[in-house]
Amino acid sequence: MKFIVSLFLTALLAFVAGLFTQLPWWVFVVTSFVVAALLHQTPGKSFLSGFLGLFLLWVVLAFIKDAANEHILSAKVALILPLGGSYMMLILITGIIGGLISGLAALTGSFVKK
Amino acid sequence: MRIVPLLVSALLTWGAVHLFNTQLAVGGSKTPRLGYFLSPQHGFWQNAEATDVNYNDNIQLEGLAGKVDVYIDDRLVPHIYADEDNDAYYVQGYLHAKFRLWQMEFQTHVAAGRLSEIVGKERIGTDKFFRRLGMVYGAERTKAYVEKNNPEMQSAIDAYAKGVNAYIAQLKPEEIPFEYKLLDYKPEAWTSLKTYLFQMFMSYDLTGRGAVTDLQMSNARNYFSYKDFDLLFTDVQDSLDPIIPRGTVYANPAIKPVAPADVQTAYLGDTAGSSTALAPFIPNKSNGSNNWVVGGTKTKSGRPILANDPHLGLNLPSLWYEVQISTPTHRTYGASFPGSPAVIIGFNDSIAWGVTNAGRDVLDYYDMKFKDTTLNEYWFKGQWVKAEKRIETIKVKDSATIQENIAITVFGPTMYDHNYKNSGSGGKNLALRWTAHDGGSGLLAFYKLNHAKNYDDYLEAISHWNSTGQNFAFASKTGDIALKQQANFVARWYRQGDFILPGQDSAYAWQGFIPTEENPMIKNPERGFVSSANQKSTDQTYPYYLGAASNFPVYRGVIINRKLTELTKATPQDIQRLQMDNYNVFAEMARPILLKYIDQSALTADEKKYINILSTWNLISDVNEKGATVFNVIWDSLETTIWSDEFSGATTSLGWPDEITLLESIKRDSLYSFADNIKTPNKKETIADAVMEAVKKATAVLVKAEKEGKLEWSLFKDTRVSHLLKINALSSLHLPIGGGKHIINATTETHGPSWRMIVHMTDEIEAYGVYPGGQNGNPGSKYYDTFMKHWATGKYYPILFMHLKDAPSNKRIKWLMTFTQA
Repeated sequence: MKFIVSLFLTALLAFVAGLFTQLPWWVFVVTSFVVAALLHQTPGKSFLSGFLGLFLLWVVLAFIKDAANEHILSAKVALILPLGGSYMMLILITGIIGGLISGLAALTGSFVKK
Repeated sequence: MRIVPLLVSALLTWGAVHLFNTQLAVGGSKTPRLGYFLSPQHGFWQNAEATDVNYNDNIQLEGLAGKVDVYIDDRLVPHIYADEDNDAYYVQGYLHAKFRLWQMEFQTHVAAGRLSEIVGKERIGTDKFFRRLGMVYGAERTKAYVEKNNPEMQSAIDAYAKGVNAYIAQLKPEEIPFEYKLLDYKPEAWTSLKTYLFQMFMSYDLTGRGAVTDLQMSNARNYFSYKDFDLLFTDVQDSLDPIIPRGTVYANPAIKPVAPADVQTAYLGDTAGSSTALAPFIPNKSNGSNNWVVGGTKTKSGRPILANDPHLGLNLPSLWYEVQISTPTHRTYGASFPGSPAVIIGFNDSIAWGVTNAGRDVLDYYDMKFKDTTLNEYWFKGQWVKAEKRIETIKVKDSATIQENIAITVFGPTMYDHNYKNSGSGGKNLALRWTAHDGGSGLLAFYKLNHAKNYDDYLEAISHWNSTGQNFAFASKTGDIALKQQANFVARWYRQGDFILPGQDSAYAWQGFIPTEENPMIKNPERGFVSSANQKSTDQTYPYYLGAASNFPVYRGVIINRKLTELTKATPQDIQRLQMDNYNVFAEMARPILLKYIDQSALTADEKKYINILSTWNLISDVNEKGATVFNVIWDSLETTIWSDEFSGATTSLGWPDEITLLESIKRDSLYSFADNIKTPNKKETIADAVMEAVKKATAVLVKAEKEGKLEWSLFKDTRVSHLLKINALSSLHLPIGGGKHIINATTETHGPSWRMIVHMTDEIEAYGVYPGGQNGNPGSKYYDTFMKHWATGKYYPILFMHLKDAPSNKRIKWLMTFTQA
């Protein structure tokens, strides 16, 4: 249960913080850290809920934009980066980068207590 | 608290953020900051515009005088209806920014020599070049001139700048255009100076070749001697069909330019100077265009039809942006430049106009002597004269700022000096005399054309055009057709300015500008049409020297005039076909010469096959024609065979003679002396030897092309429209389009008709247009390259030119943006 709540809170707070686009893109580092510090889990679980929270958030947000855009831009960016023009890969990489940083922030948070 | 794991994981977190927040160097270029770039709420995903995007909007802005309605049609063309001219330009600025902000800023950054500021030290060379060319200097002088002399123009440019800035001010961080995120920088405020910088950018594109050719020509004269030079770079063009028909009688000239007494020794003579520097950048030689007007006697409707297709480098986002501007003073439609107010090529309720490049020489170099390396004083008319100093500061991303110290002489800025040179320059000091530095009225001519009602207004409007030579074609509803070549043209003596000029006194200075009423001009001619295609504007009886013949391509003019002469009862559809015509008149003249010198019995099987394709070719460079490929490859090989031996000994770039020179010299004299390969001293090669050698070389290329399945002309030519950053993923590649050099459809690999427009001057104007691109500059928009396929395949869009009362009910109108005062 704690895991699910952590994951959900991580995603929600990252989303809300991300609405303030004057703040840097990595503002979720703070929210993921705080969530993990307050809702204590084992380091492994903290990392995972932190990772998945951001991974899912970014994948869903990117997917919504991409679907409405009919892959016009993602196909181009996936050639520039280069990912062979695959928009799926691009969405996946987007999620992994967000997830990784958030997971590490949550891991850090999990070491605060005790 | 577990301190060690806490610190370790905090460090890891910091490291990961840092890694994805840094531009990483990969294979010579830099990645974006990946975390930022991929962040769905901050980065590029925000630029992925929904394909069913809704552009309806109510926008409140400060500085508007009244209400402005913008009806946007299904091609994303805005139709602006304002109560005041300046409100219209304000909103035009806003819309340009909304759809083309990155491009507007990038192009003016190029002109201002500010690329290193955004990309880093690899572009310092470009920046130095443009700074030393006086691009900013010229923009500042034009701005000062307009502010002093043309308050109406200035207020339009200021209103436009306010509109651009109004858009930038409301732009949220995540909404900045895609390319800013890719290169990691931010938009800055727009200024009226940037509009003038853009004009300098166009001046450079259209007349800046002189900054290179004058040096090449000087090198060639020194290398070959003037006698041979005059053969290779002859002023004679037998096939020329000038803009003003042969036989036209010209009035006595107001200025009779006189060559200095020592011109033979000090200027034309072999020892007139040593080789010198070459510029690192050169505008495309094919920067030209077609325009013509068919009068009522030759059209089905009895009304004139005007056509224009400016040939420029093809880029995405396009140089052009279509717009309709309607105010109580005028209702105008056409192609505008993102970065400038008003319409540049278009029509209004009464008239239509189109432009081509005149190709006249408006740029010269003067060889200066400075007292010392401080460049504080230079020798002029027998004494040391103090030079003005101009310091250009170039900021460089992640590197130290650079200062360029430029001495301004009586002629202009000293472009080359001991600090700025390249191989072969020997530290020569070359001052630049270029009309683009003269200030002048800038856009006023176009502003006035937007408002013009008749022929007299047209003449008055273009009389303000004094920067770089243009051929202005004109048609009116009342049936007048006209074409005038206009700019401040230098009254030159023969060959003045073809080479670097001595600059130690005023003997070689410009002696005056040709009065505008003496510029080449034609109105309502008996033949029923006017046309220009960058050829020489007049025959040899015009009393002024037009500049080196190599500035003027001949063949498009020949074929256009031939086709227009044959034309009767023309409709806009006939004119569309003519703009897309792929007949190669150069090949028509050159092929018989090639075939005459080919010894069939000496050919291999492969060679025979290709010569057969060549001789049965219909001379039309259509998409699937193999003959067009064969002809082009053989001709290129012939040029290489003839010239490479003579030119390879030179240590500096000379530039090869024109195709017409080679063709016409072979025609005139079969023993063309340059056919001999000077590297084989024991053998005297003839033209026939050279042609056979060329066929042999060409066959190797053709066999390879055929193996790759690229013998068809469009596959071999491989036309593309590149993104301004040359990123393939953002470009349109492998376009199925024919045409090419010397052809009316002048589409080469990266260059060609950048806007095709046809205007039929009926009571309600009937107009057609297309350009290779789309109205939205965002690569993430469906409207980024919407017109590309139509453009490549020769289709046109019927232009919507509406009265305000019809706009709300028009079926092609999809969105409405209203602008009101805040």
